[in-house]
Amino acid sequence: MLTGLVAHWDKLRDGIYHLFIFPEYWHGIRLPALVPYVALAGIFAFTLGILPMLIWIERVVIGLMQDRTGPNRLGPRGLLQPPADVLKLFFKEDIQPGSIDVRLYYLAPFISMLVALSAGAVIPLQAVTFRNPHGGLFTVPVTPGNVNIGLLFMLAASSLGVYGIILAGWSSNNKYSLLGGLRASAQIISYELAMGLSLLCVVLLAGSVQLDHIVNAQNTLPFGIHGLPAFLKGSIFSWYWLQSLLVPVVIYTIAMIAETNRAPFDLPEAESELVAGFHTEYTSMKFATFFAGEYVNMLMICGLNASVFWGGWLPPFNCFPFTFIPGFVWYILKVMMGIFFYTWLRATLPRLRYDALMNLGWKRMLPLALVWLFLLAGYSLARTAVTQHAAPATVMTAAHVAPGR
Amino acid sequence: MPAIILFWILAIVCVGAALTMVTTANPVRSALALVVCFLTLAVYYVTLSAQFIGAVQVVVYAGAVMVLFLFVIMLLNLGAPAARTSEGSGQRTAAVALGAVLLLVLFVSGMFFEVPGRAVSAASAQAQGTVKAVGLTLYNPHLPWLFPFEATSLLLLVAVVGAIVMTRRQV
Repeated sequence: MLTGLVAHWDKLRDGIYHLFIFPEYWHGIRLPALVPYVALAGIFAFTLGILPMLIWIERVVIGLMQDRTGPNRLGPRGLLQPPADVLKLFFKEDIQPGSIDVRLYYLAPFISMLVALSAGAVIPLQAVTFRNPHGGLFTVPVTPGNVNIGLLFMLAASSLGVYGIILAGWSSNNKYSLLGGLRASAQIISYELAMGLSLLCVVLLAGSVQLDHIVNAQNTLPFGIHGLPAFLKGSIFSWYWLQSLLVPVVIYTIAMIAETNRAPFDLPEAESELVAGFHTEYTSMKFATFFAGEYVNMLMICGLNASVFWGGWLPPFNCFPFTFIPGFVWYILKVMMGIFFYTWLRATLPRLRYDALMNLGWKRMLPLALVWLFLLAGYSLARTAVTQHAAPATVMTAAHVAPGR
Repeated sequence: MPAIILFWILAIVCVGAALTMVTTANPVRSALALVVCFLTLAVYYVTLSAQFIGAVQVVVYAGAVMVLFLFVIMLLNLGAPAARTSEGSGQRTAAVALGAVLLLVLFVSGMFFEVPGRAVSAASAQAQGTVKAVGLTLYNPHLPWLFPFEATSLLLLVAVVGAIVMTRRQV
């Protein structure tokens, strides 16, 4: 009975799967060549389009969690509040404080924003399948640049983001700003280590630092156990949050909040101590650029989280109602879950003291991540003896050709 | 052709940043110019098909080392260094002389050693710079790179432990 049901599901899944196959050539245009541009446009449109909405989401969610009304004046459920905020920020007076380092002062917000946006260059939104003229199928990840150092690129971009904050703090010629910049640099360097180690755990299991390979490596049966029903293949139980045994995803999630300077780790802009921290001296659009940069950074870090730990474009179960929804929708849902998590923490946790922050980073998370890396290395060695492969057997390349139908 | 254009644009930015780093009196600007120099170098590595080295250059040098430099500069609130304000220390003359020697050595080595120009195909060059290729070369027991690599990591470990011992010592 169960096996019959499973076989039926499998057939149904194949039928649905084939709805989303595109021909390789369309009116003489090679469609796979257009994929990076589509991805670039998609990532820019999504990131910049959702920015004002993120503020609304955050206010509504925090309002719900703290039993307040939240935005309710402009439009239905306060939905017109974000455009009003953006307009307000555009038309605010632009104040330039005296005795600042003018060039660096104006450069800082743009560094912050641009570096955050550049991380989007390697994010895979989904995989599309094309049929070549001979009937063979091949999958191409929808990403602006499918480079073989994807994960390292994301780490590099997130580590460069601190320059915007440091420069803002230094060039403002204000002691609160300077303190904010100092805190940001120390904090981001400290948490980068734990973050990198937790990502290394996944790299160890996936056998690649290319982001689409990492997502594809999650498209297996949970823990590689044979004989499980097919709807569990690439399901929520085979993503790396569980396959790396929970600890790396917890460490990454804590580190990602510290990396983006969000509550409860928002010490660089702690308003109770430092006025507004590194952006004390920034007004109107310069402040808005910092604000937007922070949100873009959050989106990108959540995007990395979604593809590395939460299966990227893979649906939570490999069966009909889930597989019918295209991959990028799942991906965006996972990213937005990360954003919700950010908001949840911001609404519920008080800000950490500075020494507690450093203790957590260096004395708790870093040793734990190191121990876990060694444990997983042992696990992966043991697994290699069974599967005869250092990497999971299903690592698929971009030019992977499935048998034609 | 696009590679040549990119090369010259990067060359101008890189050398300009390096010169700014040496000549500017402001330590923060100097450090920033060094960051720009590192970033252009990273792009050079990528154009030379060494993607892994390029990424590591950004993560380690631009992302970590220079952030610590800036941290220290800002923490100590450094002004212009003493060597710039006190004339006649002889440092500048020595620097120019040593720089000229270095340039000469580079020039001579460039003349005498053959660089493998277009002997390598683009695809094989691309395959050599990936994380996988670098890892397989570095950890291959039949190649001589494993021992220096492990020795270096041991050295770094000793440095880390030493730093911790120094800071924990009761004064």
